[in-house]
Amino acid sequence: MSLHCRPVNVSHSSPTEQTFLHVAGITKRFGKFEALREIDLDVGRGELVVFLGPSGCGKTTLLRIIAGLETQDAGTIVQDGRDVSRLPAIKRDYGIVFQSYALFPNLTIHDNVAYGLVNRRQGRKLIESRVRELLMLVGLPDSGAKYPGQMSGGQQQRIALARALATSPGLLLLDEPLSALDAIERVRLRGEIRALQQRLAVTTVMVTHDQEEALSMADRIVVMNAGRIEQVGTPREIYSAPGTPFVADFVGKINMLTAIAESGGRCRVGSLSLAIAKSGLVPGTAIRLYLRPEEIGIHANGAAPAGALPARIAKVEFLGAFCLVGLELAGDDVPVLVANVPRQVVDGAGLASGLNVRISLPPEAMRVLG
Amino acid sequence: MPTSASTLPAVPMPARLTLRAHWQDRLAQGLLLASCVALALFLLAPLAMILIKSVQDKDGVFVGLQQFREYLATPALKESIWNTLWVSTSVTLIVVPLAFVYAYALTRSCMRGKGALRVIALTPILAPSLLSAISFIQWFGTQGLLKFMLGGASIYGPIGIIMSAVYATFPHALMIVLTALLLSDGRLYEVAESLRTPTWRKFFTITLPGAKYGLVSAAMVVFSYTVSDFGIPKVIGGNFNILAIDIFKQVIGQQNFNKGAVVGLILLLPVLLAFIVDWSMQGRLHAQFSARAVPYVPKRSPWFDTSMFAYCCIVSLLLLLVLGMAIYTSFIKLWPYDKSFSLRHYTYGLIDAGVISSFFNSLEMALYVALFGTIFIFGVAYLLEKTRGMPLAKSALRLLAAMPMAVPGMVLGLGYILFFNHPDNPLNGMYHTMTILVLATIVHYYTSSHLTAVTALKALDNEFEAVSASLKVPFYKTFFRVTVPVCLPAILDIGRYLFVNAMVTISAVVFLYSPTTQLAAVAILNMDEAGEVGAAAAMATLIVVSSTLVCVAYALLTRFLLTRTQQWRVAHAS
Amino acid sequence: MKVALGLRSLTVLSMAMLLMAGNAVAQKTDLNVYTALETDQLKAYTEGFNKAHPNIELKWTRDSTGVITSKLLAEKANPVADLVVGVSASSLAVFANEGMLQPYAPKGLDKISKQYRDPANPPMWVGMDVYGAAICFNTVEAAKLKLPKPQTWQDLTKPIYKGRIVMPNPASSGTGYLDVSGWIQMWGDAKAWKFMDGLHENIAQYTHSGSKPCKQAGAGEFPIGVSFEYRAVTTKKSGAPIDIIFPTEGLGWDLEASGIMKTTKKLEAARTLMDWLATKDAMELYAKNFAVVAMPGIAKPLDFVPADYEKRLAKIDFAWSAKNRDKILAEWTKRFDSKSEKK
Repeated sequence: MSLHCRPVNVSHSSPTEQTFLHVAGITKRFGKFEALREIDLDVGRGELVVFLGPSGCGKTTLLRIIAGLETQDAGTIVQDGRDVSRLPAIKRDYGIVFQSYALFPNLTIHDNVAYGLVNRRQGRKLIESRVRELLMLVGLPDSGAKYPGQMSGGQQQRIALARALATSPGLLLLDEPLSALDAIERVRLRGEIRALQQRLAVTTVMVTHDQEEALSMADRIVVMNAGRIEQVGTPREIYSAPGTPFVADFVGKINMLTAIAESGGRCRVGSLSLAIAKSGLVPGTAIRLYLRPEEIGIHANGAAPAGALPARIAKVEFLGAFCLVGLELAGDDVPVLVANVPRQVVDGAGLASGLNVRISLPPEAMRVLG
Repeated sequence: MPTSASTLPAVPMPARLTLRAHWQDRLAQGLLLASCVALALFLLAPLAMILIKSVQDKDGVFVGLQQFREYLATPALKESIWNTLWVSTSVTLIVVPLAFVYAYALTRSCMRGKGALRVIALTPILAPSLLSAISFIQWFGTQGLLKFMLGGASIYGPIGIIMSAVYATFPHALMIVLTALLLSDGRLYEVAESLRTPTWRKFFTITLPGAKYGLVSAAMVVFSYTVSDFGIPKVIGGNFNILAIDIFKQVIGQQNFNKGAVVGLILLLPVLLAFIVDWSMQGRLHAQFSARAVPYVPKRSPWFDTSMFAYCCIVSLLLLLVLGMAIYTSFIKLWPYDKSFSLRHYTYGLIDAGVISSFFNSLEMALYVALFGTIFIFGVAYLLEKTRGMPLAKSALRLLAAMPMAVPGMVLGLGYILFFNHPDNPLNGMYHTMTILVLATIVHYYTSSHLTAVTALKALDNEFEAVSASLKVPFYKTFFRVTVPVCLPAILDIGRYLFVNAMVTISAVVFLYSPTTQLAAVAILNMDEAGEVGAAAAMATLIVVSSTLVCVAYALLTRFLLTRTQQWRVAHAS
Repeated sequence: MKVALGLRSLTVLSMAMLLMAGNAVAQKTDLNVYTALETDQLKAYTEGFNKAHPNIELKWTRDSTGVITSKLLAEKANPVADLVVGVSASSLAVFANEGMLQPYAPKGLDKISKQYRDPANPPMWVGMDVYGAAICFNTVEAAKLKLPKPQTWQDLTKPIYKGRIVMPNPASSGTGYLDVSGWIQMWGDAKAWKFMDGLHENIAQYTHSGSKPCKQAGAGEFPIGVSFEYRAVTTKKSGAPIDIIFPTEGLGWDLEASGIMKTTKKLEAARTLMDWLATKDAMELYAKNFAVVAMPGIAKPLDFVPADYEKRLAKIDFAWSAKNRDKILAEWTKRFDSKSEKK
């Protein structure tokens, strides 16, 4: 899978052999509201791409345009070498799963899964074996005679997935498939869907607003905001190298510091002067520094590396395996930082609110954006 | 020829794109347009004819507002406007509180016999409005047992109209208020309870505001019904003039269709106003109940339960006395001189007189209305809610579907006669046929049925159609395999509603029937007009019996469906 | 096999029957006839006509005089009817004025009394029988209320009858109109309207039909009902305790009459029916219900109707009635239509 995972130039893209879905210049307005603006995107064959963004960012609209359920105002969609831009939904080749499952309540699980197969006038035996195979695939082999109303949400979503895969579509579209489920079911099912997708090597586009879901499942994540693509990249790239302040803010927790660039790879935050890895900034420019909470080192017992800054622990929030530690830096006009520290470290060092410590902010972890 | 163009992806596209229409989309859109045309033809065009006729004289010459001026200049006719308004307002002010307390008892008390009391309260729906008028004459007329209660006043006139209209509109108001009370959130009462709120304060701060829109809606429905109803004042109104009677007198008595059109337009105004008030309230009603409410579960309270039970029993008894008197009248020989049991009103009055055929006409019409009306109304609602595209046609169709509620039956009927009997209308062959009666009745009762269908369809997952398209299953297959079965209870409900109303309708059809298509309710009117009260009561009894049978059949069918074909629903509930 | 055979022969049989039925219908001429005759009368007349002319099928459109009249006028531009039969002469005169009828002199027209046909030659309409005003008087209720039996129209204006009288509204009822036009033609405008002003003081309600006042009198709802003699006789026969009064000043009356619509496409059949309606056979059928028929010497005395009934009829000019209809009704409506408000 990772073979196809290549960073894509956002501004321009052209179809290649590996490209399965090619989206170019998609624009969509609802009245005065611009839902999507000039969206370009390539999805490789067999890849799982996640559209991630806050509600109203246009991710679902883009998915529905790919499905032919909405019509773009401009732009092209090429699927598997075929221009489907103007084809009605029924003429395209995809399976779809919705947040609401959309299982037909009056049909049995068997009939739901067979719904698209029956229409293809396949032999009864063929249909039966295909349904059995799919139910097996989603881990519900014995539920054919039940009705959707008799199953849990997670089970229903598995059935919806089986129904969408039944006709072996070239493209699988998942519209917030896990959002209606409870936390445990959600985590379990996202692993299952990912495993299934990799096993079948079906090109998949999923929409979600849950960054954890996106990070855990995607080959690549498309972060969207206000009708545009902010960044496209692997989960690791998106997390560790956010391209824009929005991405940095939206994906994962992050500390943001407003600063003024100084000469010699340093910058000024309030009364403090910090080292940063990025060089060549014009001194005096206002910049923003982003630092992941887990990158902050806390040194409690005097043994601190050179350049560590004095700070006071404001509070410790216990989260189970990790703790969030609020840190007040000594100095004027400096923000409160949040560090993410493993529980053992917190316990071992006896970190507690009121304690004075020293903290290190690794220059290479300080990302300069905007 | 750019043969390869379609396979080359990067062809610049025009600024505005449309999807290539699949034949299935075309089919849906064609049906949608056809429905638009049908409603325009059978609703808008007749109403437009009324507008045109109202500004023309008898010879079709344009005279502007002269007809209106003439009408308003007649003191007697101006009075009928006033009469219509104060009578309708009185009925509204009486019925809504009566229905509210009844509904309150059904939802907020733990009294016994709720099921039976609910059924009894709804019985007036099964009877033509004329039945109550006949019955009140028998009770309170010169020879009536209860005449003394009027203290010398005559039942013929406003008193009779108000009493009969109260009877006829009670179930309509009750159903609306009942729904409003059932929708209110039980959690509000729990919170109030925890804050030690006294009962009366709960009533005024939770119950009443919660039911407010329902009460307004009920008031508007009752008001419109009374304004538009023509059967009751015709039978019991004596010389008390109201607008609905004026139309009848202008059209039938004086053969002046243009004046009739003028009165029709004036009659349209209060009903339209009520409709607009109700419609604007509906929006707020939905906003109020958008969140999921927890149903309220009443607690036992002996004194309250007993008094509520007593109230409901008294109201039910009164309702049954009205129905009972009509049935009794149909079985006695000669009111009031020979009260021995006799079937002569059925045998001689209905069968030998040949009037019984109108009962079968009514049954036939009601069946057609229920069958074709349900198919059309549900189909249109489906096209509106579940197909894509054609936003303009859809807006038009939504408006058209809402309009019939604002059009009194007599106005619609008058429009039909003017439009379909016009010599230049290629459809004038429909005049005097069963078809036109069926169409007028479907249109007349369109709005409620439409709302039932839309509500049922809105409850379905919005993505069924998208899923079907992705599975390459044509939309109509999903319609028949999923949409219809899931909505079956609502569909049956629409059918029953249309049937029962078609059996009792009079105002929409009184101008449209022909002797071969005479209807039972019209026959009642004519028989009463000829003084054949016994036979009229007999016919009313037949209508009540047949509508009751249909309702029982509906109840049994629904239960059967719930236990057999709708297994999934039971599964869901468990 | 046997079943299949049975089914097939059944199909053949039913098809044959359908064909035969189709043929039978095809040979007949359908006539659309609008009428205000009573249903029981219709049955007898249809049977009588079909005995003589089995190939013409009569499709009756029956309703009250007011409704039938309004229907015909409403359909003026696009008439359905081929003929109008048994509708009041004053309505037929209205149709004649509107140019909706065509003149025809049925065979044997010379045997019809001059006053019971359209005076034009050939006539636009020909009468069948006479129905005239009568008062139904409930003796039981009258005794309870100590009401004397009225003998004249003028008696009805006496204060003792206040709120005891019902009469049909002339705007919607043919009977009501024949009363009003009768009074005006008997007494002249001034006296007639003065009488109606007085009568109005005593009226409990104006009904929409001419039958209802008598029925209401019969049921004791109101003791005195101004109606017409046919309904009075049937009500009395049904057992109601009423006396039938024929006021001595004279009786307003109208004819049940017939005419051919100008637009008919079945002129021959229509004329056949017109001819039959003027025959002695037909007149004998009318005479079973009415004391006076259009052909002299046919009528026989009826129960409860005095022998000199015909002589009591006022002198009525139907052309005048038709011409002044709008004016009279407008005046009447202006004076009396808001009755209940001015008690």
